Amino acid sequence: MSATMPARRLLPGFFLLLFVLPFLSACGINTIPTQQEQAKAAWSEVLNQYQRRADLIPNLVATVKGYAAQEKDVLTSVVEARAKATQTQVNVNTPSNPDAFKAFQENQAGLTNALSRLLAVVENYPDLKSNQNFLALQAQLEGTENRIAVARRDYIEAVRVYNTSLRTYPTALWAKFWYTDAQPMQTFTIPEQKMETPKVNFGSKS
Amino acid sequence: MFGQAGLTALRAAFFSIAAALFFLAGPAIAAAPLPVLTGRVVDDAHMINPATRQAIEEKLAAYEKKSSDQIVVATIDSLGGEEIEPYANRLFRAWKIGQAKENNGILLLIAKDDRKMRIEVGYGLEGTLTDLQSKLIIENDLVPAFRAGDFSGGISKAVDDIIAVLSGNAAELQARAARNPHRQDSGPNFAGILFFIIWGSIFFFGLGTSLLAPVFGRRIGRNRYRWLGMNIGVGGFGGSSGGGWSSGGGFSDGGGFSGGGGSSGGGGASGSW
Repeated sequence: MSATMPARRLLPGFFLLLFVLPFLSACGINTIPTQQEQAKAAWSEVLNQYQRRADLIPNLVATVKGYAAQEKDVLTSVVEARAKATQTQVNVNTPSNPDAFKAFQENQAGLTNALSRLLAVVENYPDLKSNQNFLALQAQLEGTENRIAVARRDYIEAVRVYNTSLRTYPTALWAKFWYTDAQPMQTFTIPEQKMETPKVNFGSKS
Repeated sequence: MFGQAGLTALRAAFFSIAAALFFLAGPAIAAAPLPVLTGRVVDDAHMINPATRQAIEEKLAAYEKKSSDQIVVATIDSLGGEEIEPYANRLFRAWKIGQAKENNGILLLIAKDDRKMRIEVGYGLEGTLTDLQSKLIIENDLVPAFRAGDFSGGISKAVDDIIAVLSGNAAELQARAARNPHRQDSGPNFAGILFFIIWGSIFFFGLGTSLLAPVFGRRIGRNRYRWLGMNIGVGGFGGSSGGGWSSGGGFSDGGGFSGGGGSSGGGGASGSW
C-alpha cells in the first residue's frame, strides 16, 4: 500500500462534505438568526415611531396651552404620560422580556389615551382648531399614529414568523441544540385603540 | 452512501422545509381583495373621464422618466369595511410602488362609496412630501372639487401638486434619477459568475479527473491512471447526482407598468369629503 492511501480514503468524505454543505444551509441553520434579526429590526422601527410621537408632544402641548390653558388636568396628564413612556428603559432586548414589554405597552397605551382626550378637548376651541400651527401638528400626529400602526403590524408579523420557527420542526431542533439563547419574543396583544374609548363630553367642560 | 431509508428521511425533511417555507411566505391575512395594477391610473370606480385619465397617465410616465419616482392613482368603489389607512398601505406594498432601493412611490387612493381619500407616501419620499403637505393637497385640491362633483378636475389638480412638491428640490430630484437610470436588466452579475466558475472548478476538478482519467488516461496500476501528467487514483465510489437550482424569471420592460419594488411605512395623510 502506498503513501497516497490515506488521501484516497479522505477523498469521498471530502466530496460528501462539499455535497452536504448546501443542504445544511437549506435545512435551517440560518433561519433562526435571520428571522431574529428581522424581528429586532421591526422592533427598532416600532421604537423609532413611538419616539417620533413623543418628540411631537411638547410642541402640541405648547400650542394647545396658548388657547386652552384652563384645560390643566388634560394637559398635565399628557405631559405625565409622555414622561412615563419616555423614562422607561427600552432596548433591543425588551421583546424577550415579558415584564418589560408589558410595561412598555401599557405606558404607550397610557400616552395614546391621554393624547386622544386632549384632541377631544380641542373640539371645544374653534380658534385653536383653525390655528395653522395646530393643524400642522395634527397632520403630523395623525401620520405618526398611522406609522406606529404599520410598524406594530410589521413587528407582529416578524415575531410570528420567528416564534413559529422556534417551535416548529426542523428549525426547533436548531433552536434546542445550537441557538440555545434564542428566546421567543413578545408581541402586542391588544390593539391600542381598543384599550379605552375616549369619552367625549359635550357641553360641560370637565 | 445513504441507505434507502436514509434517503427517504432526507427527502421527507426536505419537503417539509419546502412546505413550511411555502406557507410562511404566503400572505398572513387575506382581507378584501385588492384591485389589479393595470397602469398608472387604476380607475376601478370610473371616476375619471377618459381624456383626463390619458393626460394624467402621460404626465406620470414623463415624471417617472425624469425622476424615477412612481406615482399611482387608484379609485375603488368600496373599502369593504376596512379603514383606508391599512388598506392603502396593503395596496401600496402589494403593488410595490417606487424603486426598490429608493422606496420613492406615491399612491393616491380614493374610495368612492366611503367618501375617503388618502395619499400614501413611500419611505423614501416621507421627507419630501410630508404628512402636512399631503394633508394640504387633500384639503385644498381634492375635498372642494369632490364636494362640487368634479372628480377628474380634483384628481388632476392633486397630481399636479404632488409633482410640484416632489420637484421642489431640483438637485435631489436629479440625484435620485441618476441613481436609478431607466429601469432595465441589470446585466450579467460578474461577481456571481466568477464565484461559480471558481467554486465549480474546485468542486468538479476532483470529480472530473477521476471520471475522465480511466477514459483518456493510461492505466498504471489497479485503479490508478496517468493522465495529463498526474497520477490519479480512482476510488470505488459510484456516480453521484447533483440537483441543480435554476432561477428563472426574466424581466420584461414592455409597454405595461409595474411597481419597482418600493414599500411604504404608512406616511402620508387621509381625508374625507
